[in-house]
Amino acid sequence: MTEEILIAGFGGQGILSMGKIMAYSGLMQDMEVSWMPSYGPEMRGGTANVTVIISSERISSPIIKSFDTVILLNQQSMDKFESSVKPGGILIYDNNGITRHPERKDITIYRVDAVEEASKMKSPKTFNMIVLGGFLKVKPVIRLENVVKGLKKSLPERHHNLIPMNEKALERGMEIIFKVR
Amino acid sequence: MMERELRLMKGNEAVAEAAIRAGADGYFGYPITPQSEILEYLMEANPYKTTGMVVLQAESEVAAINMVYGGAACGKKVMTSSSSPGISLKQEGISYIAGAELPCLIVNVVRAGPGLGTIQPSQCDYFQAVKGGGHGDYHLIVLAPASVQEMADFVELGFDLAFKYRNPVMILSDGAIGQMMEKVYLKPKKNRSTVIYDWATTGKPASRERNIITSLDLDPYAQEIHNQNLQAKYREVEKNEVRLEEFQTDDADYLLVAYGTSARVSQKAVQLARAEGIKVGLLRPITLYPFPSGRLKELSRQLKGILSVEMSAGQMVEDVLLSVSGKVPVSHFGRMGGVIPTPEEVVDSLKLKIIGG
Repeated sequence: MTEEILIAGFGGQGILSMGKIMAYSGLMQDMEVSWMPSYGPEMRGGTANVTVIISSERISSPIIKSFDTVILLNQQSMDKFESSVKPGGILIYDNNGITRHPERKDITIYRVDAVEEASKMKSPKTFNMIVLGGFLKVKPVIRLENVVKGLKKSLPERHHNLIPMNEKALERGMEIIFKVR
Repeated sequence: MMERELRLMKGNEAVAEAAIRAGADGYFGYPITPQSEILEYLMEANPYKTTGMVVLQAESEVAAINMVYGGAACGKKVMTSSSSPGISLKQEGISYIAGAELPCLIVNVVRAGPGLGTIQPSQCDYFQAVKGGGHGDYHLIVLAPASVQEMADFVELGFDLAFKYRNPVMILSDGAIGQMMEKVYLKPKKNRSTVIYDWATTGKPASRERNIITSLDLDPYAQEIHNQNLQAKYREVEKNEVRLEEFQTDDADYLLVAYGTSARVSQKAVQLARAEGIKVGLLRPITLYPFPSGRLKELSRQLKGILSVEMSAGQMVEDVLLSVSGKVPVSHFGRMGGVIPTPEEVVDSLKLKIIGG
């Protein structure tokens, strides 16, 4: 099993940490993982993206151009990366700020309106966990218990009180994600 | 023995943690993207409190390498790290250290040049790393990690080689390996060494003359003998220290040669090409100096062509060409400017330049 994922959105949205939690979760499940961020000028404001690979085998290239799952969280990312989903792959996006919805017919498209939901839950920072929950619903490559373990590993001890809130966000993401087509 | 510890780390962080665990005595650095996490991690870990390892942010790259020169002269396990423009600044000091035959570890997390270039990953410093770098006839021993695990492992290996040959060792990495996170197994912490070396400036017993560390000899005949001794040492290194990894070379008609990030991309390219029925393998030099010329020459007898894959305009390809002495066609494929080639591009280039050529 190999799952190649790209997550892209605004810098500061928690894109890189979401990828990090995915990677830690894969680690907790005895998988091979790699996490490759965009560390360039993007990170200094603007769009950020990260490639996460979770695999039962040794990972060859951590740098790839087409992905099993692409998670897009702003319009710039949609414009840049819609074409990066492998044929038959999955695109997940948040409706917030999207002016041009995905158009490809050869992939499965899901929507998770996490920005809206996080604001309803009065915890905007759990936005990325709602998205992650949605991803795990449609691609259960990691068990939820291992994601919680991953969270514990990647969050500093002083933030461990936030774990229940993040768990709730993960579950909420699983509930609200829906298939567009 | 204590069990190895499993962590998820960036390549840069792995270098820093491995340095503490390898019992390093000192790190002297100056920040530059994409390797600043090495200095940042060490500052935060503050190993002076636990192992006594000194971590210091120098006022410049030039100061940092000269602190390394001083520490190494005292027989201490010392290191520095930087990225391409910063490594250029250090070259004077590196040449002096090589000339004075002192051990040290230098990490170059390469970004694209020339000049300030960009902060994205590149392998454009190959020539600088393996052909000397500074002035004078000398070699560094150059290790090329292709994973976060090797970033950690090569710190201890680098120090061991540096002390074995009293020669500076360079870990030639790149921005991708430095920035990416992977699983890494860390070795248990070693104590700092208490050995006092008979060549070092510290620890002089009454029974011997004081040691003078210098790279200067105004007598040309004496200097030539020193040069000959250095060359003899390099021949020893070439004989003993070649390291490489092969992937699907047994039945290969074609061979990719690639190191570091390019090797990871090329390994995937081998899988893609094999799925199309092309019998291709990968040779990954782990030591860039000494270069695995012997094995390449051996393999060339079964090969129809070799493609050297580098994130540069083609530097290692010259060593590949020298290794096979024209017995088999050799070509280069690379991206520059901080662009990482995709496995698909490598396969296309193999078809275009080698198989179809």
